Amino acid sequence: MLDHTPTQVVERSALRINPANTCQPIGAMYAALGIHRCLPYSHGSQGCCSYHRSHLTRHFKDPVMAATSSFTEGASVFGGQPNLLQGLSTVFTTYKPDVVAVNTTCLSETIGDDIPQIVGQAQTDGIIPDGKYVIHANTPSYAGTHVTGFSNMCVAMAKYFAKPIETKPKATDKPWVNIVPGWVEPSDMREIRRITEALGMKATLFPDTAGVLDSPQTGHFEMYPSGGVTIEELQNLGRAQATLALGQWASREAAIEVENRAYVPREVLDLPIGIGATDRFLECLRFRGGVIPKSIEEERGRLVDFIVDTQQHFYNKKVAIAGDPDQVIALTEFCRDLGMIPVHVLTGNQGKAFTRKVTQVLGDKAAGTHIEQKGDMFLLHQLIKNEPVDLLLGNTYGKYIARAEDLPFVRVGWPILDRVGHSYLTTVGYTGAIQLGSKMLDALLDRRDRDAADPKFELVL
Amino acid sequence: MTTVLSSRLGQVARAGDGSADIVCDKQSVAGSVSQRACTFCGSRVVLYPIADALHLVHGPIGCAVYTWDIRGALSSGPELHRLSFSTDLRERHVVFGGEGRLEDSLMELIERHHPSAAFVYVTCIVGVIGDDVEAVSRKVSERTGIPVIPVQSEGFQGSKRQGYDAACEALLRLIGTGSTEGIGKHSVNLLGDFNLAGEIWIIQEYLKRMGVEVVANLTGDGRVADISRAHGAALNLVQCSGSTTQLAKDMQKKYGIPFQKVSYFGLDDMAGALYGIAEHFKDPEMLARTRDLVAEEISQVLPVVEACRKDLEGKRAAIYVGGAFKAISLVKALRLLGMKTALVGSQTGNAEDYRYLRDLCDPGTIIVDDSNPSELSTFLAEEKCDLFVGGVKERPLAYKLGVAFCDHNHERKLPLEGFLGMANFAREVHASVCSPVWQFAPRFQSANPVEV
Repeated sequence: MLDHTPTQVVERSALRINPANTCQPIGAMYAALGIHRCLPYSHGSQGCCSYHRSHLTRHFKDPVMAATSSFTEGASVFGGQPNLLQGLSTVFTTYKPDVVAVNTTCLSETIGDDIPQIVGQAQTDGIIPDGKYVIHANTPSYAGTHVTGFSNMCVAMAKYFAKPIETKPKATDKPWVNIVPGWVEPSDMREIRRITEALGMKATLFPDTAGVLDSPQTGHFEMYPSGGVTIEELQNLGRAQATLALGQWASREAAIEVENRAYVPREVLDLPIGIGATDRFLECLRFRGGVIPKSIEEERGRLVDFIVDTQQHFYNKKVAIAGDPDQVIALTEFCRDLGMIPVHVLTGNQGKAFTRKVTQVLGDKAAGTHIEQKGDMFLLHQLIKNEPVDLLLGNTYGKYIARAEDLPFVRVGWPILDRVGHSYLTTVGYTGAIQLGSKMLDALLDRRDRDAADPKFELVL
Repeated sequence: MTTVLSSRLGQVARAGDGSADIVCDKQSVAGSVSQRACTFCGSRVVLYPIADALHLVHGPIGCAVYTWDIRGALSSGPELHRLSFSTDLRERHVVFGGEGRLEDSLMELIERHHPSAAFVYVTCIVGVIGDDVEAVSRKVSERTGIPVIPVQSEGFQGSKRQGYDAACEALLRLIGTGSTEGIGKHSVNLLGDFNLAGEIWIIQEYLKRMGVEVVANLTGDGRVADISRAHGAALNLVQCSGSTTQLAKDMQKKYGIPFQKVSYFGLDDMAGALYGIAEHFKDPEMLARTRDLVAEEISQVLPVVEACRKDLEGKRAAIYVGGAFKAISLVKALRLLGMKTALVGSQTGNAEDYRYLRDLCDPGTIIVDDSNPSELSTFLAEEKCDLFVGGVKERPLAYKLGVAFCDHNHERKLPLEGFLGMANFAREVHASVCSPVWQFAPRFQSANPVEV
């Protein structure tokens, strides 16, 4: 299928081939699902909502609920106000959410619908019941990527609910932090909470899709599963001592918003994937009053033990990493710490900051690495053709390249459309690093076994 | 009966209740959790299986990503259709227009891939900013010498159905441009089959055994050159009625080609389709060959069906699929497995389809147009269904309720068409309904889980 990819890389002026990113609204939808009893709402044509739900469903294998304004030709000419008013009315009378999180699309952005004005109208018309909320994020599909959309909806959570609160926790109370976990799996959000609480702290995660998109089989369909950050928690963001943003791209803006509105200082960290980034995350929690328990120290010890046991297999192995910027940066550091050589590092997001950050992470190894922002999978394939690697890390779309180039491949990031289990297993924290590391090791050693000539096919590796 | 959204009352009925025609083909209510997609989606799924054509989505990145290789429309040769090409419109193009970008993209891609034709899909935003895609296409076509065909598929035009019409219009621009020399008199076009899991290959093999020549596949495993000479065929076979009936009607008007609506799902409909073709050509030898073929194939499938039926007899099924014609076949196929259809619905059925369903189904069967998750889950629980046949968004819904599932849409990996397909369907339904997991999974824990 990728027979058409030429090896020679030429500058393309106008075209994306096999994109490495998608559009803002789906990110906003994923973030909104991390609010308790929230119905995401797509203000645009039916298709956008349908596609986003399908795509998220394929990744999480769980029901993904969201409503749509169902734009028609009329709406595209005369504006979408009637659709949104009717839509909010339908939503509140039918689906009874506590919050509706509206995201725009390229269409509603271009025709210039003013969402706060329309929501104000809905308020005046009594469409929004008492105690219920409508929040919104502008998510034009022609700017940014799905990560931007995720970030924008996280910002909306802070913008609509965070407020200054004088009464900080007493010295005897548990230390309290807000955490913006970034675009990670529900299981990762659960793990971040587990770690934080293991340090004797209280954490408000926003968004928090644990319990929403990995809900148990119960025998009935829940429009709103039990997980998600509550409105009350969001209204109390100002009570925390700090807001930790995990990831510059997906989380930083929301932490800034909390700081501006509720005067809670922010701290921007990397996603805690791998040993170094997890160390820094824990160090930060400790600084905010957490106490690292023996159990977590042991988890770290087990991870170090894993790396000691396996470092010879990782040593100088070439790896290509593609995906969302926060993940790619953290994965690059993890691979470096395993002794691997990240040869190609690519994201679909735009921004020189990505190149700077990856360069910094790689340190003296940066010179030999192709770092691409605003790239696509076609470019990644070309890069790999020019300089082959031993392992590819990326989302499901990497499978085409892995097949074409006969590469060991580990699925990590979003979306993963062709495997199950990723939303239950973790990649963050020390435990997640062992899970991810062993997947990578399996891929490398399976290849070694597969390629070994009979005399060299050995029982013990 | 469950309360449904008041504005949707006309879209829900029960077989045998003698009420008025079901209301359909209307836009989903704003604010509903609709299972439907848009015009762009409709045209994309119809055209994209043409494997030697370039499919360029003119719009922001998302429209291209969400339709990238999601359908499993297999090709026996080129696989250009499986790559994702987008003009990736950015803010400045929304302001200043994207025509230049479209032209550059087309030129670059045509130069690299030498496709037989190019389709340019117009998305919501392009419709609003008013790029003259027609003019750009004409220009590029003149420069490159291949057909470059705009597909007017702005998402806001409506539902998938409008997209089917846009796709058919695009196909009509290709049909009639090739030579019909050498096409025999027993020849057909296959319309509305997308070769999911290689289904069209099964049908082609039957036709070959009958002595029928296939001129063009529209569009599964389709080729531009074949499609351009499709007007030389003697008969059109319309399988997915929702998407290509319009095309068949247009071809009848323009080229005088008659058409038959067929379904390749289930033994009755599959056999009926083949007999219909043989009768059309009024060739006694072909009819005899068809009889032999049907007898031979059915004899191979029946033991599988019988074996599965033992466990499935009396179980209850719900169907919610894209096209109503498929739903009709499914009701029959499930009946063959001894199962009763308690609920049947579609996203794009028309009044005629629903009338047929009401006559076909047992009294009391719920019939719905354009349903939503709350409604579906309530019906599933109330009707105590053992199986749900649907698409990607319905699967987890069924599973959460403890209901078995069979995908009859994008996620399908086994062919369900043809006699062999009935055996596959029987096995798949059996596997899910009789899965050992249901002994651990609670079912229908709340009789009325969602208020609608």
